[in-house]
Amino acid sequence: MASLTAFQPSTPKRDAIIMAVFAAVVLTAPIWLTPIGASYPDLLQRFAIFGIFAIGFNILFGLTGYLSFGHAAFLGVGSYAAVWMFKLLTMNVLVAIAFGVLVTALFSIVIGYVCLRRSGIYFSILTLAFAQMSYNMAYSVLTPITNGETALILETADPRIIDRALLGDAKEALPSPSLFGLELTGYAAFYFCAVVLILAFWVSLRIFRSPFGLKLLAIKSNQNRMIYTGYNTRPYLLVAFVISGMYAGLAGSLMAITDPLAGAERMQWTASGEVVLMTILGGAGTLIGPLLGAGIIKYFENIFSAVGKTQLSELFAFLPDGLNEALVGLMSLFVGEGWHLTLGVLFMLVVIFLPGGLMEGIKRLTDWAKSRRQGGETVGDGAAHQPSE
Amino acid sequence: MDALLLQLLNGLDKGAAYALIALGLTLVFGTLGVVNFAHGALFMLGAFVAVSVNELLTFSKRVKDESVTFFDAYKEQPYLEIWLGDFGSAIIDWSVPIAILAAIPIMLLIGLAMERGLIRHFYKRSHAEQILVTFGLAIVIGEIVKATFGANPIPQSAPEIVSGAAPVGALFGLSEALVYPWWRLVYLFSSLAIIGGVFAFLQFTTYGMVVRAGMADRETVGLLGINIERRFTIVFGIAAIVAGVAGVMYTPILPPDYNLGMNFLVLSFVVVVVGGMGSLPGAVAAGFLLGVVQSFASMGAVKEIVPGIDQIIIYLIAVAILLTRPRGLLGRKGVME
Repeated sequence: MASLTAFQPSTPKRDAIIMAVFAAVVLTAPIWLTPIGASYPDLLQRFAIFGIFAIGFNILFGLTGYLSFGHAAFLGVGSYAAVWMFKLLTMNVLVAIAFGVLVTALFSIVIGYVCLRRSGIYFSILTLAFAQMSYNMAYSVLTPITNGETALILETADPRIIDRALLGDAKEALPSPSLFGLELTGYAAFYFCAVVLILAFWVSLRIFRSPFGLKLLAIKSNQNRMIYTGYNTRPYLLVAFVISGMYAGLAGSLMAITDPLAGAERMQWTASGEVVLMTILGGAGTLIGPLLGAGIIKYFENIFSAVGKTQLSELFAFLPDGLNEALVGLMSLFVGEGWHLTLGVLFMLVVIFLPGGLMEGIKRLTDWAKSRRQGGETVGDGAAHQPSE
Repeated sequence: MDALLLQLLNGLDKGAAYALIALGLTLVFGTLGVVNFAHGALFMLGAFVAVSVNELLTFSKRVKDESVTFFDAYKEQPYLEIWLGDFGSAIIDWSVPIAILAAIPIMLLIGLAMERGLIRHFYKRSHAEQILVTFGLAIVIGEIVKATFGANPIPQSAPEIVSGAAPVGALFGLSEALVYPWWRLVYLFSSLAIIGGVFAFLQFTTYGMVVRAGMADRETVGLLGINIERRFTIVFGIAAIVAGVAGVMYTPILPPDYNLGMNFLVLSFVVVVVGGMGSLPGAVAAGFLLGVVQSFASMGAVKEIVPGIDQIIIYLIAVAILLTRPRGLLGRKGVME
C-alpha cells in the first residue's frame, strides 16, 4: 500500500480548496442525500458522528499502522462522561463535549501507555483485552457510574447545578441538550455535528500534512529505521493514540448529545470491529476514505436493518413461487437481525479482494482509464505504483 | 481450606479451557505464522456440535402419554427410545461423549477447509490483514450459528453416571461436605490428557519432530525436500480438533451461545501474551495459572477487600507481565518481536 500512504506534497492553496469543497459537501448533505432517501436528521447525525470516529481511528491505523481493536471503549467513555455532565452541571453541549474529550484523553493515555509497549499483534490483542475489560466493568463493578444494563439516562431529579442556578427550578419536563439556549434536536443537531465534523476533518488534514504526520508514516513504513536514525518513536505513537482516542471520545459525546443516554453495548467488540471495517472499506491512510466507509456502512445498515421478509417477498414477487421462497429464505439471513452477518461477509470480502479499500479501487479505475486513453503507453508507469514490499 | 481447594479445582477447570484454546492458537501461530482470531469460533463450533448431536439423537415423535389417564395427553418421545428401548435412552444420556467422537472428524474437516480455503491465501500478507480477515470470519461463523440455533444459551447435560458430585473432601482427608461435580473432574483430566497427547505427538513422533523443525526453520526443512506446508495444514486441523473437543466437553459446564467463542478468545489471547507468544509450555502454564488466579479472585473474602477484582484480575496480570517481562513468562527472544 505504499502508493496510498506515500507523502503527497500539497500547497496551502490546494488544502484550502479541499476544505472549502468538503465543508460545502457536508453542509449541503441534507439536499443531495434526498434522492437516495437518506436525508433525515437521525441518519445524517449518525453519518457525521461515525465519520468523526473513523477519521480518528484512521489517524492511528492509517498513519502508524497500529491496529487497535478497542476503540469502541473510548466511544463509550466519551458518552458516559458527556451524559454525566448533563446530569451534574448543565445541558450546554460545549461543556459536555469538553469533559467527554478530556476524560477520554486521560483514559487513552493510560491505555496507550501500556498497550504501546508492544507492537503488531500484541498491540491489537491488548487493546481488545482492555476494551473487553471496560465493557465487563461497565456491566458489573462500575454500575454506580454506568447504571449497568439499564444504561445511563437523564432524570428530572438530576442536580444540573449550573442550569438551576441560572434558570431556576422551573422545568418539570426533561430538558434536551442545547447550545446556549438553542435546543439541539433534528436538523439543528445535525448542523452542529456537521460543524464539528468539518473541524475534525481540518485537524486531521493538518496532521496529515505536518512533520508529525510524516513521522507517523515513517513509523508505519519502517519503525526500526526510524529508531536507528535517533527518534524515540514511542512518544509519537502515544500522541497519535491519544489524539485518536480523543476523536472517539468526541464522537461518543456527540452520540450522547443527539440521544442523551449511554449504554455499555457501545463498547462491545463488534462496535470496535465496525470502525475498523469503516476505515478499511473506505481506505486506511487516505483522508476521505474512512468518512466514505462510515457513510456507506451506516447507510446500508439503515436500509438492511429495516427490511423484513415481507419486503423481500414483494421485491422478488416477479419470480416463480419456488425460486422466490428460496431466495427470500436465503436473503432474510442477511437483513433485519442478520445485518451483522452482512457486515462480517463484507469485512472478509474487502480484506481479501480490496485491502486498500474503495479509494484504491477508485485509483485503480482511474489509472486504468488513463492508460486506456493513452493507448497503453503508461503500462510501465502503472507497474511503478505497485506495492514495493 | 475447603473453600480454597474448591476454588483451586474451579480455577483448574477454567484454566483447562484457556490452555486448550491458547495451545491451538500458539500452534497455529508457531507453524503458519498466522494470528487466528477465528480460533474462538472453533471452540464455539465444537460446543454446537454437541448441541446438534443431542438434537439429532433426541429427534422425537409425538406419542400418547399413557401415564395420564384422565385426558388425552401427548409427549415427545425420541425415535431412538421407540426403536431401541432402554439402550436408546442410554445413547441419548451419553450424547456429550458421543459428540466428542463426532467432533473429531467434523472439526478436522472444518479446520482443513478453513486453512485451505482462506488462511492459506494470507501467509504472505501482513498480520493486520490476517487479524482482520479472521475477525470477519469469526463474526460470520457467530452469526450463522445465531441464525441456526437462536441467540439463547442451550444447556446440555453430562451422562447420568457422572452427573453427581464426587466426594473430593473425603479423598483428601478433609471434611465430608466438600464435594465437586464428577463431570468437571472428568473434563479436567481429559484436558490434561489432550494437552499431554499434543505434546507427546510433537515430541516423540517423527511427524512431530519435522513439524518442530519447521517451526524453528521453515526454509531449511523445505530445502530438505519435505512438504512442510502440508504438515502445517494438518497441524491447523489438529488445533481445530483440540479447540472443538474442548468446546464439546465444556457444554455441560457452561451452556453455549453464539458469543461463547469471542468471550473465550479474548482471554485466551491474553493467556498467550502472558505465556509468551510462540511458546507451547508457556501457553499451557499461563492458561492454568490465570484460570486459578481468576477463580481465587472471585472468592467472597477477596471481593470484600477489592470489589470487582475478579472481572479485571487477568488483565491486571497481563499488564504487569508486559511491563516487567515484555516477552511473556516463557517467551523466547526473536519470536514475534
